[in-house]
Amino acid sequence: MSEPVLNIEPDAPDALRITPLDALHRELGAKMVPFAGYDMPVQYPAGVLAEHVHTRTAASLFDVSHMGQFTLYGPDAAKVLEALTPGDFRGLAEGRQRYTLLLNEAGGIIDDLMVAAYPGRLVIVANASRKEIDAHHIAQHLHGVAMDQHPDRALLALQGPAAAGVMAGLCPAASALPFMGVTEGVIGTAPCWISRSGYSGEDGFEISVAAGHAELLARLLLSQPGVAPAGLGARDSLRLEAGLCLYGSDIDAITTPVEANLAWAVGKRRRAEGGFPGAAVIQDQLAHGPSRLRVGLRPDGRAPARAGTSIVAGHTEAGTVTSGGFSPTLGAPIAMGYVRRDIAAPGTQLGLVIRGTTVPATVVTMPFVPTHYAK
Amino acid sequence: MSETRYTKDHEWVRLEADGTLTVGITDHAQEALGDIVFVELPEPGREVVEGEACAVVESVKAASDVYAPIAGRVTEHNEIIVDEPAIVNRAANDEAWFFRLEPTDPAAFETLMDEAAYDALLETL
Repeated sequence: MSEPVLNIEPDAPDALRITPLDALHRELGAKMVPFAGYDMPVQYPAGVLAEHVHTRTAASLFDVSHMGQFTLYGPDAAKVLEALTPGDFRGLAEGRQRYTLLLNEAGGIIDDLMVAAYPGRLVIVANASRKEIDAHHIAQHLHGVAMDQHPDRALLALQGPAAAGVMAGLCPAASALPFMGVTEGVIGTAPCWISRSGYSGEDGFEISVAAGHAELLARLLLSQPGVAPAGLGARDSLRLEAGLCLYGSDIDAITTPVEANLAWAVGKRRRAEGGFPGAAVIQDQLAHGPSRLRVGLRPDGRAPARAGTSIVAGHTEAGTVTSGGFSPTLGAPIAMGYVRRDIAAPGTQLGLVIRGTTVPATVVTMPFVPTHYAK
Repeated sequence: MSETRYTKDHEWVRLEADGTLTVGITDHAQEALGDIVFVELPEPGREVVEGEACAVVESVKAASDVYAPIAGRVTEHNEIIVDEPAIVNRAANDEAWFFRLEPTDPAAFETLMDEAAYDALLETL
């Protein structure tokens, strides 16, 4: 017997990594694109708009196996995370999940994470584009806490109003979860780590499963009534409608949680106590307001304002769009970007410079489309 | 009988009986763009030079310019696709035309690719 040879050179620029569902994507007719070093489905034959609408009205299955999955073990895992994030992890009950931010010493965002408390361990989901950086950063601050990375696990997201009904037939323990609840469970024959969460603004589940079980599990989920595959294109327009940030576009290492309008991710106890990276900067911004703030924008007319579009107040440069596109649900363009705090109030009239023309736009509260999370 | 020619930028150009040219994007172009959500067209009366970006088409994924295939004056544009951009995905080759052009030099039409040449170009993509 010979050892299997991995014919992959991660450093070669054209050597894209694939997920355990690669063959299935191709069988389903996906259009594949490079994303964060992976060959990923941007859309299936139905197209981005149809997949978006299907997620809002039924349920879609997304392959998000490119995302990073890590585990921190033992009673001191929460302490490790509290030294690196502004989240309250000593107060995170078993069976619950929390959104948090890995911060640098200036209070800038290294990555945004989901952290789930399972018995005796915390399981982290990180952005694909940041997972190596995150793992390296966390590994330097373990103080003896054991950490695993899980390149051998896939991650599937089942999102949409029909998701709970589908899960009720396959894994009652999962369908009984509250929003941001987590449990271990078996779906079909596959042992899974399941959370009642996602990034679409809809009710749904994220399911971590060993790579070897992933394709069978995906086929089982796709065979359920109302479930169709959806790609990264729909994932992006869904998260934008839900007002959720994309790392590298809407948040980055020189943006603080307060500027990003994510101050809610700074735990109440942590605000008072500090003790997280950049605490002084963040506490000052919480007390006195940041100089700039992430806001939602609704441009007049139909022209989408893409990332990089200049935002103006009268004739003065006032900021930049960080994410923008067309909202299938609203049938209109939506955008988010950063502006000075004094012009960040909902209702403020600003302008977006699209191909040399200033298009009027209004600051609005996010989400752009009401979210429908489980209770 | 009307004749249709093509550009390397995936536009079709149809010679009408009155000598004007109707311009649209090819089926290949709409397919590559994906779901089209926005179209901006040149106003009638605008003078354009060959290769000038004079219309914009945006899909859920990206924005793309549409170029004047040859020099001329815009005589008309198709308001229907401005109001309902998705028509471009359904009927790129006919109903979803973009604009009409009165060419400065009618002979320039002959310099554009014929269908066989355009098909050959698609083969290389």
